[in-house]
Amino acid sequence: MSREKLVVIGNGMAPGRALERLFELAPGRYDVTIFNAEPRVNYDRIMLSPVLSGEKTYDDIVIHGDGWYVANGVTLYKGHKVVEIDRAARTVTSAEGVTASFDKLIIATGSLPIVIPVPGHDLAGVLTYRDLDDVHAMLLAARRGGRAVVIGGGLLGLEAAAGLREQGMDVTVLHLMPTLMERQLDTAAGHLLQKAVEARGIRVITRANTKALHGSDVRIGPAHVEAVELEDGTKLPADIVVMAVGIRPNAAIAKAAGLTVNRGIVVDAGMATSDPDIFALGECAEAGGQVFGLVAPLYEMAGVVASRLAGDASTVFNPSVTATKLKVTGINLFSAGDFADAKDREEIVLRDAARSVYKRLVLKNDRILGAVLYGDTADGAWFFDMIRKGADISELRETLIFGPAYAGGNAADPTAAVAALPDEAEICGCNGVCKGRITGAITTLGLKSLDEVRAQTKASASCGSCTPLVEQLIKLQLGDAYNPAAVQPMCPCTAHGHDEVRRLIVAKSLKSIPAVMQALEWRTSSGCAKCRPALNYYLIATWPGEYVDDNQSRFINERVHANIQKDGTYSVVPRMWGGMTSSSELRAIADIVDKFAIPAVKVTGGQRIDMLGVRKEDLPAVWADLGKAGMVSGAAYAKGLRTVKTCVGTDWCRFGTQDSTGLGVRIEKFMWGSWTPAKVKMAVSGCPRNCAEATCKDVGVICVESGYDIHFAGAAGLDIKGTEVLGHVTTEDEAIVVIAALVQLYREQGRYLERIYKWAKRVGIDTVRKQVLDDLERRQALFDRFVYSQKFSQTDPWAERVAGRDAHEFRPMKDLARAEAAE
Amino acid sequence: MTIMDTGWIDIGALDDVPRQGARIVRTPSGCIAVFRTADDRVFAIDDRCPHKGGPLSQGIVHGASVTCPLHNWVISLESGTAEGADEGSVACFRVKVEDGRIHLAASAIAFAVGDTSAT
Repeated sequence: MSREKLVVIGNGMAPGRALERLFELAPGRYDVTIFNAEPRVNYDRIMLSPVLSGEKTYDDIVIHGDGWYVANGVTLYKGHKVVEIDRAARTVTSAEGVTASFDKLIIATGSLPIVIPVPGHDLAGVLTYRDLDDVHAMLLAARRGGRAVVIGGGLLGLEAAAGLREQGMDVTVLHLMPTLMERQLDTAAGHLLQKAVEARGIRVITRANTKALHGSDVRIGPAHVEAVELEDGTKLPADIVVMAVGIRPNAAIAKAAGLTVNRGIVVDAGMATSDPDIFALGECAEAGGQVFGLVAPLYEMAGVVASRLAGDASTVFNPSVTATKLKVTGINLFSAGDFADAKDREEIVLRDAARSVYKRLVLKNDRILGAVLYGDTADGAWFFDMIRKGADISELRETLIFGPAYAGGNAADPTAAVAALPDEAEICGCNGVCKGRITGAITTLGLKSLDEVRAQTKASASCGSCTPLVEQLIKLQLGDAYNPAAVQPMCPCTAHGHDEVRRLIVAKSLKSIPAVMQALEWRTSSGCAKCRPALNYYLIATWPGEYVDDNQSRFINERVHANIQKDGTYSVVPRMWGGMTSSSELRAIADIVDKFAIPAVKVTGGQRIDMLGVRKEDLPAVWADLGKAGMVSGAAYAKGLRTVKTCVGTDWCRFGTQDSTGLGVRIEKFMWGSWTPAKVKMAVSGCPRNCAEATCKDVGVICVESGYDIHFAGAAGLDIKGTEVLGHVTTEDEAIVVIAALVQLYREQGRYLERIYKWAKRVGIDTVRKQVLDDLERRQALFDRFVYSQKFSQTDPWAERVAGRDAHEFRPMKDLARAEAAE
Repeated sequence: MTIMDTGWIDIGALDDVPRQGARIVRTPSGCIAVFRTADDRVFAIDDRCPHKGGPLSQGIVHGASVTCPLHNWVISLESGTAEGADEGSVACFRVKVEDGRIHLAASAIAFAVGDTSAT
């Protein structure tokens, strides 16, 4: 049976969601072809602001990676703009000349940013804020520093301004109306917002009517914007201008095809255009005379289109009240519903100037019509739910403004607000996830963490602003078994968790421990023994070649490159590549043991020799003798690559399938010296008999006739866990690339002291596999970053200390014992 | 025990001790750990953790405290007592910095012989 052909024009979030639903409802029914004018996959447009501010990267906001399209048999034309819909022939054609025929068509062309047609609007340096290309253009401009003028003080404009400020630019926001975000906020909240924005060093000019943009002298070169002139004659110097004044539906192609177009492409309740086989979806669609720009109604549209395509003619699009949150770190703002003043309306207002809290509820006939919360937005979901349900609040009126915690007269319990919500209350607006779905998933699937809830329900997986609510729900369900506060802070010196700190180190370009502590408001003057080594690692991993290692923030073992023992002596383990040694190495070790009267010598679990009980002051001399015999530090003390165990493979073994020893030595020689969040132990076995015990290592390789099975995330310590299979590769070179990419991903995402198996469990085995095995571009980028960081890490620390570095570590400051004896 | 209080022993330059680090001074009865904080204050305490005798001089220095390298007890450099839930203390010795030189009270050597609970 031949499948029906579905063509989608546009690859944004709405069609992405529609296809996801469609594949669930009617798997295999359609052959899907997507034309995307942008040269990339489906990404989370809501998260562009965090990309601009540097808090996230493009990779972080991808919704559907390349693998998703392959797995679902979708043909995706990236960078193909559709130029014609031929309704008679049932085909669409792209500018690149590709023609595809369709049985059903979805138009999801989104919207275009509005450019104010003032003189100079086409100068270089005048940008809009709509897609990733705009963000890249802004980041590029911000790198040169200078002044940015953002025209538009709405949601997007303020997020753009905050992002550019975070990137170090001098930013002015121009807003036509008297107060910011006047569509979502009343004037009082608008003023509070303006104060908060100004407190970040952003200048705000309201009632500002742009008259013209002025460019540089064309005789010098191509004209670039230099200044913005306002109606009142004020001239503001500007190196870039960002227009964020609004969007309009992108309906040109539909209009050209003869479909009914008003402001947007007109659709009926089933999202069909005037041609019943053609649907319109997203910001380009006009339903019930309205166009939509927030993600929640767009996702509702997507659900309707999917049901219709799956053959259910009963679902209709019924846009609900929407709520808005501003995604600027540190500013809490929530608004929902209709809050305009009118004669028949009443209001309840709470102001707490000292805390900068403002709450306003607009009521009519004992029902809440709208809510504006500034400063403290915790009760937003509760009010929003009552607005949507049109709940009668006459009983609650006295304490209504204080939120659900007081609704029953009980004392304020932080989880009471969320406990009071009914099951159908929406928690995650982006993904339309209600409370019942989350609590149900926690109970039936036994979910235990925020990440698991995100993976299973998508709640808080888009913009993340409902994360506290989701965490409270988990806490409610699991009780004391879940304590988000306990897992969050790195240590008592800070309220930030590990991931947050890593993110902010990148976002704020923090390049020293004091800089991190200053910028992130550490509570202690110089941290503690928990956070300092973690910060030192994060900085060294983030800024290779730039960050200067802080020895005093390292645990003693890494500071002196030996392992401290219970009596204050040290143990010394030289590297034996792949576990191979020789008579000359063994002879040298034997001589050293005699010369320094080293009390114990032992073979380690990682195929090395350990000399135990070396006095600290003898360490440099011991290392000098080892160095003369060609041995370097075995890093047995490091949060870094420890050992690669091997078996003898095809060199000797009658069962060996590959040169496991050679591969182990190669891996070790390539990867030694790299610092990682916790220790990394590897092994390579030459056949599935697995004599090197590779299947309980952080990374293990099992050689087979056809190549190499790469394993990871094993453990044989506090926990015992067999490895997960990462995948199969056919050559040694590829094995090395995959392993290095895997370790680099771990270096970038792992929390300090978190072993690979714990990290993999937290982020998901599949996620790791996707990035280091399936996505070849990503793999190569990770590999390249690993190679780059290795340039700065492969110096033998023992040789350095033999040469005199850190000599103070190994000598007493003063020997009064001897002095007195001499007297 | 104030007999030797007038005597000071020059044990080295301030810069011989790294900031947020420590050096040891050997005495006939064991080691004294000399610490330098991030803000250049100098402290001298017995180099034995009250818990299991770990060498405190090898720990990470933060604020005016040191975390023992063996089992992470945190010892106050100012009082010599264990912080948090742990209980115990080590001897503290008088120390002063003059013209960039660190001087240890001569009495420290007498104290270090035997009486480790004195402060």
